[in-house]
Amino acid sequence: MKFGVVVFPGSNCDDDMIFALRDVLGQPAVKLWHKSHDLEGCDFIVLPGGFSYGDYLRSGAIARFSPIMNEVIAHAQKGGYVMGICNGFQILTESGLLPGALLRNTNRQYICKNVYLKPVTADSLLTRGLDVHKAYQIPIAHGEGRYYAPHHLLDEIKDNDQILFKYCDQSGAVTEEANPNGAVENIAGICNARRNVFGMMPHPERACHPMLGNTDGYELLASIIIEKVLL
Amino acid sequence: MKFIAEIQVMPQKEILDPQGKAVLLGLKNLGIQNVADVRIGKNIRMELDVADEAAAREEVEMTCQKLLANLIMEDYSYQIFPA
Amino acid sequence: MEALPTVETARKLGLLPEEFEQICQILGRTPNFTELSIYSVMWSEHCSYKNSIVWLKTLPKDSPKMLAKAGEENAGIVDLGDGLACAFKIESHNHPSAVEPYQGAATGVGGINRDIFTMGARPIAQLNSLRFGNLNTDRTKWLVKGVVKGIGDYGNAFGVPTVGGEVYFDDCYEINPLVNAFSAGILKTDKIARAISYGAGNPVFIVGSATGKDGIHGATFASEDISEKSTEKLPAVQVGDPFQEKLLLEATLEIIETGCVIGIQDMGAAGIICSTSEMSAKGKHGMNVWLDRVPTRQPNMKPFEILLSESQERMLVVVEKGKEDIIQRIFDKWDLHCVQIGEVIEGERLYFYMNGELVADVPAESLVLGGEAPQYHREYREPAYYQEYKKFDINSVPDIVPEQIGEVGRFLIAHPNICSRRWIYEQYDRMVGTANVGSVTPSDAAVVNVKGTDKNIVITVDCNGRYVKADPETGCAIAVAESARNVVCSGGEPVAITNNLNFGNPYVPEVYWQFVGSIKGMKKACERFGTPVTGGNVSFYNQSTPKSGDGGVDYAVFPTPTIGMLGILEGWQNRMTLHFKQAGDLIYLIGEAKNDIASSEYLYSFRGVKASPAPAFDLETEYHLQQAVAAVIKAKLVQSAHDVSDGGLWTALTESALHGKLGYDIKVPVNSGIRLDAYLFGESQSRVVVSVSPDKAAAFEAMLTAHNTPFSKLGNVRADGKLNVNGATVLTVGEARELYEGTLPKYLN
Repeated sequence: MKFGVVVFPGSNCDDDMIFALRDVLGQPAVKLWHKSHDLEGCDFIVLPGGFSYGDYLRSGAIARFSPIMNEVIAHAQKGGYVMGICNGFQILTESGLLPGALLRNTNRQYICKNVYLKPVTADSLLTRGLDVHKAYQIPIAHGEGRYYAPHHLLDEIKDNDQILFKYCDQSGAVTEEANPNGAVENIAGICNARRNVFGMMPHPERACHPMLGNTDGYELLASIIIEKVLL
Repeated sequence: MKFIAEIQVMPQKEILDPQGKAVLLGLKNLGIQNVADVRIGKNIRMELDVADEAAAREEVEMTCQKLLANLIMEDYSYQIFPA
Repeated sequence: MEALPTVETARKLGLLPEEFEQICQILGRTPNFTELSIYSVMWSEHCSYKNSIVWLKTLPKDSPKMLAKAGEENAGIVDLGDGLACAFKIESHNHPSAVEPYQGAATGVGGINRDIFTMGARPIAQLNSLRFGNLNTDRTKWLVKGVVKGIGDYGNAFGVPTVGGEVYFDDCYEINPLVNAFSAGILKTDKIARAISYGAGNPVFIVGSATGKDGIHGATFASEDISEKSTEKLPAVQVGDPFQEKLLLEATLEIIETGCVIGIQDMGAAGIICSTSEMSAKGKHGMNVWLDRVPTRQPNMKPFEILLSESQERMLVVVEKGKEDIIQRIFDKWDLHCVQIGEVIEGERLYFYMNGELVADVPAESLVLGGEAPQYHREYREPAYYQEYKKFDINSVPDIVPEQIGEVGRFLIAHPNICSRRWIYEQYDRMVGTANVGSVTPSDAAVVNVKGTDKNIVITVDCNGRYVKADPETGCAIAVAESARNVVCSGGEPVAITNNLNFGNPYVPEVYWQFVGSIKGMKKACERFGTPVTGGNVSFYNQSTPKSGDGGVDYAVFPTPTIGMLGILEGWQNRMTLHFKQAGDLIYLIGEAKNDIASSEYLYSFRGVKASPAPAFDLETEYHLQQAVAAVIKAKLVQSAHDVSDGGLWTALTESALHGKLGYDIKVPVNSGIRLDAYLFGESQSRVVVSVSPDKAAAFEAMLTAHNTPFSKLGNVRADGKLNVNGATVLTVGEARELYEGTLPKYLN
């Protein structure tokens, strides 16, 4: 699978994502410049974390109009895979590829820490290799990560089994204390109804190598390329 | 008597506004060329229950100076209407 | 025709009458106002180091690993081997942060990172060293929240992890907080960019943000006498733009990679005049500069305003003639301004033009440090308190009884100077770059991998200002020793330091005595550890002025010479962490306990005794201790290592337990001649707490014995989380966590 990581002005997790995909997972991965109109034959497009356009106005609001987003949207509409991590998730909701919005954390602070995630569905490329009874430790780092969707939309998301991850405690219990940012129903990541566009606030690429003291994120990313993750 | 105060807090014009600058760049990259400058501030609406408009004005003035604006780098203006 | 300035104008600009005289001699005429304002900023303390350079020159600068020495470039460069090097530096933003903490701290982070990436290095890690007043005051809370958010918002968006730091609170910093920011970056040794200008005909570019009237108050104020009163209000603060800085970083590294760049310098203090003069003086060339071509944020800026402006996120770049298009294309790609404003010329003079008119003509060499900028020997005098502090007698304070261990222990781990910094560091992105080896399990120093290699940098910032006030020479040597100890306890080898010298008013002889003593202590310690000083920053005037007069040493902050140390570690697997690993492991103290409570947090805060000397410290003992600790870590004989510093042995043990979620059982030796409070809470130096698995104990003891290093067995690690001293449970690890974690949120949420 060929991966393309889009670089917006202000992206800062692009190199980390390339490292995870290319050096850790051993997949071909290229950077795609935001002013380009060419996805260079990539099968799987990643919108990385960072502060595109400084996150000024609203996170992701300006990046969503970058030239390459026309191609990314067309790719998704044809059924191609797109994944947004953190700022990438914000860009995907701003561009309408994923439902809902990401609001300011309830404590109004930027939060960087390790949290636990519970896979809610195994029916997605990103979670098919995961154990839905296990809590995965993955770091978050954001100021605007509180997932929000109005009632009717939330019902639709649930009916379609679109929730990928919820914030939970170490034992896997989805509790209010385990919710770092006030996200509705502890939602940390979702996919679209067609299940080819994924978005999540936590950073699996920051937990993919023994050097980082945490390899839980490796399992998520490996799930994209192999059906059963064996560690 | 009830009044509504519409308060605008803006970065002082001699202060750099990175947010406005980034939005201007975004507009240019979108092909919207005729915008010369963008500055971004806040709009705050308050409801007051005070004796008269003068009292409302005094109240709003105080909230702006004490809390709503950082006078080192922001200016404020406001309009007051009967609710 | 404008009237020429007088000695009175010079005085208003902060220049002495003899300095005005010297300027007239250099120019062979009376300077015009623009020229005088140029000298006033270039000969200011900030740019010329005129009150400190004489002493800074005594510091060791050399080691086989140094590729750029102090003062040669924007930051020091240390060889990492295999064609890689590390550029690192610390810088203060104290005064701006006191006025507007958010923007002051943010622009401080921006400034230090620009210093690093203008050398062609990609920053990979940041630290910060902060000092505030009493946490009970509204002012301190406002400052802490603003500074932390400013550092976070700038560093997080810029995309470089903040991997560590230190924070202290003391009343002496109430008016004058200290905000020191450290950054380290990695570059290829064959791609070092220099702050130099040469080659007549080469174009000079200004890149990045437009220029506004930022940071030119002094000059503007003085200018009002001779020009029409300025109606335009001046910005009181500079606003940082991390987004712009991120673009500037990428564009700068790209242009340096092309090989078309002759020289490049960040515009920090004193803006265009500083970069044009320093680059020209170093390259022994001159420049024609057309100030009207500089992109400005406001209309009708005067020449001196354009020259002196400190607007952020700007650089001066000298490019090889004919290669302009290559550079322009890169800046266009990143949507950044890039405008030619001048050209390099023969001769070493700088000519500044405004709309065709020559507005300033000055020799570059006359402006810069190492050139004709003044250097002063300041008067210094031992302050009366110094001998008073030395008279402290431990017997004037009663020892604690065993029943008090809990009371003091709880007090210390919850003390703002010792408690968990989680409230602060969780607002910093510590993981971007996926190279921070210690984001899950901490070490005494931060360890950051150089991606794609086995090399790691080991970095820390340290200074206990209380010790330095009590005894500048010993206190500053301790600051160097502690930073080295932190590097060693993390498995690293100390290689070099950068310093941030925060002091009061240098014209107060007692303050200057603190400065001189600190330099002497730093020199000795750096020589012993083989860690040259690669550069840094001097920040004087961290002092409040009482209503009557200038104020003496009592109105200054603690002398705070913050040490930023760089160490190297081959192989991230060889890092040592500080937490207990396994129940049943033996706990040892390496080094000797002393009957000493001087300058400890216990004595100062719990007992309320402010006057005592620095803690016991001997440089040779410290050096040998570190050699021994390095040896047992390298031989893989210890499971954890944590140095004993603020809060003493009790705090070191409890922190090791907290991070490992385990307990301990330790015994205090009886009849050792050491008081209970001194043993548990004293801060005598040169001690390290380690845990050792029982099967390694014999080898561990043998190695220390061979090193002739004293050690003692304290006890062992417990599974049940009880913190036991002499068989009595003082606290459980859960209770300790609540105290340790609770303090900052209690004050700041």
